[in-house]
Amino acid sequence: MRIGVVTFPGSLDDRDAARAIRLAGADAVALWHGDHDLHGVDALVLPGGFSYGDYLRAGAIASLSPIMTEVIDAANQGMPVLGICNGFQMLTEAHLLDGGLIRNDQGRFICRDQGLRIENTTSDWTSGFAADAEIVIPLKNGEGSFMASAETLKVLEGEGRIVARYIGGNPNGSLNDIAGVTNARGNVVGLMPHPEHAVEAGFGPDTDDAMASGIDGLVFFTSVIAQALIAR
Amino acid sequence: MPTIVVEVMPKAELLDPQGKAVAGALGRLGQTQSALANVTGVRVGKRFEISIDGEADAATLAAVRELADTVLSNSVIEDVVGIHVQDAPSGAVA
Repeated sequence: MRIGVVTFPGSLDDRDAARAIRLAGADAVALWHGDHDLHGVDALVLPGGFSYGDYLRAGAIASLSPIMTEVIDAANQGMPVLGICNGFQMLTEAHLLDGGLIRNDQGRFICRDQGLRIENTTSDWTSGFAADAEIVIPLKNGEGSFMASAETLKVLEGEGRIVARYIGGNPNGSLNDIAGVTNARGNVVGLMPHPEHAVEAGFGPDTDDAMASGIDGLVFFTSVIAQALIAR
Repeated sequence: MPTIVVEVMPKAELLDPQGKAVAGALGRLGQTQSALANVTGVRVGKRFEISIDGEADAATLAAVRELADTVLSNSVIEDVVGIHVQDAPSGAVA
């Protein structure tokens, strides 16, 4: 399986996302924001970072990049797309996901290991988790507070489209403790925390077993690979 | 050069952490400057000044209105609170 990672001006975590994809067992394909070409990939990751310095709104200018035409078409045709942090912000700005992200409620950038509960295990990126699995992956952002209208929130909750919820305290004021959502089809997922930073023992969050041994993030990537095998 | 001004504010019902931080600073100043003591809140928004060639006619204004609603603001979190035309960009030397 070939999974593309799009680099935008100001992307930070594209290399880590590519590494996570390789560790999960797929090929990572570097894609460029200015191209109109997905190079025949089977899935896409929009990585974290600060594209265009968060000018206008976080993810807003990147969501208008040339390659986003192809990303939006592919997503609408069912290609799995994962947006992490700035990538999540881009997906909301591109209207592929509902809601929006605003500054953290306490006004600070937050960087910490964060507990999450995985509440949707049918999306392309979370199918490998047990129902209500509790995981820990890094969270690092300044504009991670998820907002949506009351009607939208009702639809997201009613259709089981909350992919992940913060546990152990809401870090940023997100409505209903929402850390990640999916679209109705389950192929597009946005997450504020960073699974790609918890994929290799020695470099992940601390666990009860050993320091830095947490690899809970790997399941997002192995999930999409397993889904592709089933689809064949 | 005609300039179309677009003003965008965070939605009133959403918390505006930036405004809250500024309000906090004004509150501290208010302890020593009595004229500021009755400040009750601050909200921070954005102002865009779009310079155009020629006249700001109805078609151009309609296009800018569309731009304001779709690009310059995100209706999930913000409202366009004003669009008007002025003769030149603010601060420009005539």
